[in-house]
Amino acid sequence: MSLENKVALVTGASRGIGAAIAEQLAQAGAVVIGTATSESGAAAIGERLSAAGYQGAGMVLDVTSPESIDNLLQQVQEQYGVPVILVNNAGITQDNLLMRMSEEEWFNVVNTNLSSIYRLSKAVLRGMMKARWGRIVNVGSVVGSMGNAGQANYAATKAGAAGFARSLAAEVGSRGITVNTVAPGFIDTDMTKILPDDQKADLLKRIPLGRLGKPEEIAAVVAFLASGAGGYVSGETIQVNGGMYMC
Amino acid sequence: MSSIEERVKKIVAEQLGVKEDEVKAEASFVEDLGADSLDTVELVMALEEEFETEIPDEEAEKITTVQLAIDYINANLA
Repeated sequence: MSLENKVALVTGASRGIGAAIAEQLAQAGAVVIGTATSESGAAAIGERLSAAGYQGAGMVLDVTSPESIDNLLQQVQEQYGVPVILVNNAGITQDNLLMRMSEEEWFNVVNTNLSSIYRLSKAVLRGMMKARWGRIVNVGSVVGSMGNAGQANYAATKAGAAGFARSLAAEVGSRGITVNTVAPGFIDTDMTKILPDDQKADLLKRIPLGRLGKPEEIAAVVAFLASGAGGYVSGETIQVNGGMYMC
Repeated sequence: MSSIEERVKKIVAEQLGVKEDEVKAEASFVEDLGADSLDTVELVMALEEEFETEIPDEEAEKITTVQLAIDYINANLA
């Protein structure tokens, strides 16, 4: 699964699933630009990559800001070249019952999780079209298919990510660009650490494999889709959830 | 240095995979030269690069024939 010297952009790469994706793409030979919202987060990504002997860097990105995206891409292109792999991983939760969900909670999550996919994908497509090769992978969620009380905003963005991928896959397939979604189930990250213990115990009963997933188990699927081996998969949503939700 | 008309026609021929002599001024990209909607987007991208300019989306949509492309470049290139 060689991605030798291909430039890959991974948003939200400072921890959790994004960090694991950055690492596996780098391991496959890609030049990985991992983004974080803070300078210190970006620096830590860069240090991790170079400590492991991988190519790439950490850079600051606010996925909700078109200016920030422009700046990032300019910097990436000048220093490393045009990204041909984009992993839309950055995401947040702001859970609440809909009856209590504020406009702010709704729009924050939509803006960070979904509008960012529109902005970043559009920004990198020109380079991919010219290269006649590209890979866009959205990190979705099982919640996008299954639904989850208290996550109407999050679930809507994750279902949206999958629909977006299918549409864009239809648009740009003729240029050798695939667009897919990987939908993790409950993965052992900071995002799920905050779940109350009773909810976690209840959750594990519903997962046939009886455990939370590891970030690396999501990253492996993303790396497959980004590689030559995954080249005929497009518009697909791959569920990686320990059997918790089977479509 | 070739004329704007020659440069536009050359790019159209390259992008759409047609012979340069098929690229008549009045030719429509979609109807006469077999372009699909994505081809027309790419064609505008190629024109932007050749002439080092940015063509706004609302203008790009109006460029549907070879002549309209030539006219646009003539009118907007400093």
